Amino acid sequence: MAKFAKLSFKKDELNKELSGFFKGIMENGAVDAVLAPMAQGKKGNRLTLVTSAANIGQIDPFAPIAAVSGAKIASSLTSRPSGRKVAMVLRPCEIRAVVELVKLKQVNLDDVVMIGMDCLGRYENTDFAKFQEQGGTSESFLENAQAGKTAMADCDIIGACKICEFPTADNVDMRLCVIGADEGSVFVEAVTNKGEEALGKSGLKAGGVPAGRGEAVKKLVATRTEARDKKFAEFRAETNTFEALSDKLSACINCYNCRVACPVCYCKECVFITDTFRHTGEQFMMWADKDGMLKMPNDTLFYHLTRITHMSLFCVGCGQCTSACPNDIDLMPLFRTSADKTQARFNYQAGRSVDEEQPMAGFKSDELVEVTGQVK
Amino acid sequence: MSEFEPKIVAFFCNWCTFTAADLAGTSRLSYPPNIKIIRVMCSGMVDPKYVLKAFLNGADGVLIGGCWPGDCHYINGNLKARRRVALVTELLKQYGIGEERFWLRWIAASEGNMLKEVADEMTAKLKQLGPSPLQNKGQMAV
Repeated sequence: MAKFAKLSFKKDELNKELSGFFKGIMENGAVDAVLAPMAQGKKGNRLTLVTSAANIGQIDPFAPIAAVSGAKIASSLTSRPSGRKVAMVLRPCEIRAVVELVKLKQVNLDDVVMIGMDCLGRYENTDFAKFQEQGGTSESFLENAQAGKTAMADCDIIGACKICEFPTADNVDMRLCVIGADEGSVFVEAVTNKGEEALGKSGLKAGGVPAGRGEAVKKLVATRTEARDKKFAEFRAETNTFEALSDKLSACINCYNCRVACPVCYCKECVFITDTFRHTGEQFMMWADKDGMLKMPNDTLFYHLTRITHMSLFCVGCGQCTSACPNDIDLMPLFRTSADKTQARFNYQAGRSVDEEQPMAGFKSDELVEVTGQVK
Repeated sequence: MSEFEPKIVAFFCNWCTFTAADLAGTSRLSYPPNIKIIRVMCSGMVDPKYVLKAFLNGADGVLIGGCWPGDCHYINGNLKARRRVALVTELLKQYGIGEERFWLRWIAASEGNMLKEVADEMTAKLKQLGPSPLQNKGQMAV
């Protein structure tokens, strides 16, 4: 049974109250370190690894920004474990990516207390700066976003967040619940034994239930699911041929930023930067000869399609690909629509469960008979 | 105007389908020359990249030939191939290359006849379908 503890805060003191909670779990030995989004000086916000409780004051987990995917940071911290206990405060999409990386043995959760925050979306990195300039704070964002108001003068939360049907996190030890909570309150929920132990040591008193949460989450999920289906239908209608897809990707320069930013692009070394794709001049000439010309850099569409065969089964729809593109190609719908099809084929959902086997990791002799249609 | 001749890139497993092609030849069975065979050691080593590249370069069809489930020389390479084919089919379908252009078939070393049948059938099917939507798009597109 999940346990809740209510954290009440006065105006402009949300982060102060939160830092009190994290200070508690650090000082009382529930964890040795905290990885959480923190304000950087006056501007910006990044995931920050804190090992001294005295430095937790800058914590600001609900700031609407995720400059890089926390799943990649979780991998850096735990794929070769430190042996020290760390509480990680991540977004739902980051946690779903973590689940996939656990299965790929690129994240190890043994020493991790995973804390999932309710997520109402994020701005692009540069838009977050504007948000701060216009006086935006996490508290103002939470209040407005809950009322459906995320748009600012010339920008809004990213497209991926608008169609994200996972505003709350699963596969976590604790949650920071804001959706549907009354003004001036946040709930800390302990989900697992590990979470309960941490909550016990935090000094917070268990009690209270976020009464409106279930209903509010349901409503948000419904809105976003509807937006998702609409976006999928639009994108599919726009790109139903390879030619149309190629047009969509026409600004691509093969910089590979999208795969660098992707939390589930799991290869240690990408095949596209290996000798397999380091061709000779003679080879390029031969290709050009075939049709009399060759676009360079070549293999743009090929690169994206190959990436889809690798990562679409694990795509969590975080939108880091779109954010990373220096040429403003909106890649998220490409990967999400593909992922929707490939994951459905294997009845798989990225990030749903650590125990669910990844589709390309197992195989049976009596499955997928329809592929060949042959029966002996 | 001469009839459309589809180009089919065929990846045949060394141990079964390629041997079946050999058998078809020594048995004097003729099959359409539209099938361009690439011998691989196992259907399980056909990387999705090979299939994508074939289609992007204008192949009208791709055929993968492997051992029947249970008969793989490497125990289960063909089962891995089957999952990958299912995955790549889902991808190709979205952009206009349907499963009728991308086949996986189990053809044992003794099944020279079946090899001929599959080759005939696929060639006929693709003649009926016409050229791949990616034909003659040229190297600008990919």
